[in-house]
Amino acid sequence: MTATVTAPARRRGPSKKAVLPWLFLAPGLLLAVVFKFLPMGKGIWLSFFKVRPFLGDKWVGLDNYTRVLSDHRFQDAIGHTLVLGVGISLGAILVGFLLALLLEGQARSLKIMRTAVFLPVVTATAVVGELWRLMYYPTSDGLVNSALGFLGIGPVPFLDNPDTALWATMVMGIWMAAPYNMVIILAGLAGVDRSLYEAAAMDGVSLWQRLRYITLPAIRPALGVVLTLAAIRGLRVFTEVYVLTGGGPAGSTDVWMTRAYTLGFSRNDLGGASAASVVLLCVTLLLTVTVNYFRKRGDVR
Amino acid sequence: MSAPALDPVRTPSDEVAVSPTGRGGKQTRTTPARFDTALGWSDRPGLGMALRVLLCVIALAIFAAPFLTIIAGAFSKNPSGSSLSFLPHHPTLLNIRVAGERGIWDYFTNSLVIAGGGLLLQLAVSVLAAYALARHRFRGQALVLTLFMLTMMLPEEVIAIPLSLVLGHVPVVGLDLKGTVWAVILPLGAWGFSVMLLTEFMKDIPTEIEEAARIDGVGELRMLWQVVLPLCKPALGVAGVLGFIMIWDQYLLPLIAAKDPTDYTVTVALSVLRTDPEVGSGVVLAGAVIALVPSLVVYLLLQRSLVTGIAAGATKG
Repeated sequence: MTATVTAPARRRGPSKKAVLPWLFLAPGLLLAVVFKFLPMGKGIWLSFFKVRPFLGDKWVGLDNYTRVLSDHRFQDAIGHTLVLGVGISLGAILVGFLLALLLEGQARSLKIMRTAVFLPVVTATAVVGELWRLMYYPTSDGLVNSALGFLGIGPVPFLDNPDTALWATMVMGIWMAAPYNMVIILAGLAGVDRSLYEAAAMDGVSLWQRLRYITLPAIRPALGVVLTLAAIRGLRVFTEVYVLTGGGPAGSTDVWMTRAYTLGFSRNDLGGASAASVVLLCVTLLLTVTVNYFRKRGDVR
Repeated sequence: MSAPALDPVRTPSDEVAVSPTGRGGKQTRTTPARFDTALGWSDRPGLGMALRVLLCVIALAIFAAPFLTIIAGAFSKNPSGSSLSFLPHHPTLLNIRVAGERGIWDYFTNSLVIAGGGLLLQLAVSVLAAYALARHRFRGQALVLTLFMLTMMLPEEVIAIPLSLVLGHVPVVGLDLKGTVWAVILPLGAWGFSVMLLTEFMKDIPTEIEEAARIDGVGELRMLWQVVLPLCKPALGVAGVLGFIMIWDQYLLPLIAAKDPTDYTVTVALSVLRTDPEVGSGVVLAGAVIALVPSLVVYLLLQRSLVTGIAAGATKG
């Protein structure tokens, strides 16, 4: 175990007390190193090579990066990733906020409602994908299309049309994420000082002003967390798209990770796929660090 | 929106436990209910109540009703489009049987083994690591904490390609894990989230309990097993249910860890069923329902832990 070696040596060699914590940490660190950090390092390494099985890898410098970044399908994928990430994040926060406002309260019926509404979050993404594929059934007797039929809107071929497929994916993403946000926002709402509402009512403020000046500031910390999580998750959206559309039709829903996956596993271009993953990793880390920096600064003030 | 009259006093909330400040509950005891919610919903019959019920019905129709339709579809003879409804047409078990012939129960067994093994490993690893991080002081502690946090920021998606290489040939030992359940279980072992969660929880356990046990000559492992762990039950519940849902939701990892489709988990196998030209959508729905049941059971049994866990994990940030 390499972990024990790094234990600090106090005066007379590593004492029993100094080694002990490392023994407890060893399984976790070992697994993290072998199955997380080693692949990460290997990915960075491979991104500089043209990977050729049996022939040996060939150093190509930044070729993979320029190739990936100048590929128009990857450029389209960046656009889709941003649209999906931003759309799902904001949509899920808005819907989650509305759900939280609707379902706030202690009544037993409300608790049952919250349990039911939360179901999309606990359901595996692959199952949700199958569910929505049926709901999006393109003929007029599909579930969503028959609902639209009541409103007098003709059947929409949601997933088969390049113009609608991305939006259809976004709606599914919002559906999956909104109840999660609802729970976080509800926790924020529970912390609002009730006497403020009372005082506001005496001052005769409107409902809108009450929401704007009491509720929103109170849940701002919760909203900040929700937004951060959503933005970071949005960038690496994969399973949602992969199970619902597989990137199609005609690449109209291809996101960064589905592109990288296709490149790596279907086209066997491991170098290019690694470069694409490293780009995403850098953006994710940058975003996380920036957000943490601003949040810490916000805390200090 | 609504103009509610004063309402009778409500019981104090038990939801307050999840509030980030931990305050606000007690003082509502004497406050009329109209100030309990941001929108001031009234629980007296009236226009506001009717509106709320209507909106709730819409929310249920959007977020919960689709589940009824897939269950109905799974037990219907020939579901497609309009025959999707809340109750099965011509109820039948044929879809489940066909799905069984396509090996859905083998996939389901794969899933159960992976979920059980993965969760057990994850909890064991997290408990050990959290115990060291929370109850011991040692050099490099901050670094270790950062490493575990990083595991949360290194999602499977980003390291999928090199991970699939590592799974095919684990360094040093040189094992080929692909096609075995270990290829999915082992990478799930180190999950920063549950390490963080348990560490935070263990920090709050008073040291007096530990010191008393130490005077009695209790060793480290027994201390963890018999003193600290029993006190951690609530946190273990949260870590367990979140971990289970996270593992059951895995898609890419079982996909890249498999040697051939028979190694798939039930969630990944749904795509196999879908692309099978000989089975109809009823069979796919049957598979979806089978994949859905375990997460539903876990959620309904342990939803309280889950919701507190999400709220706590988020607001601590």
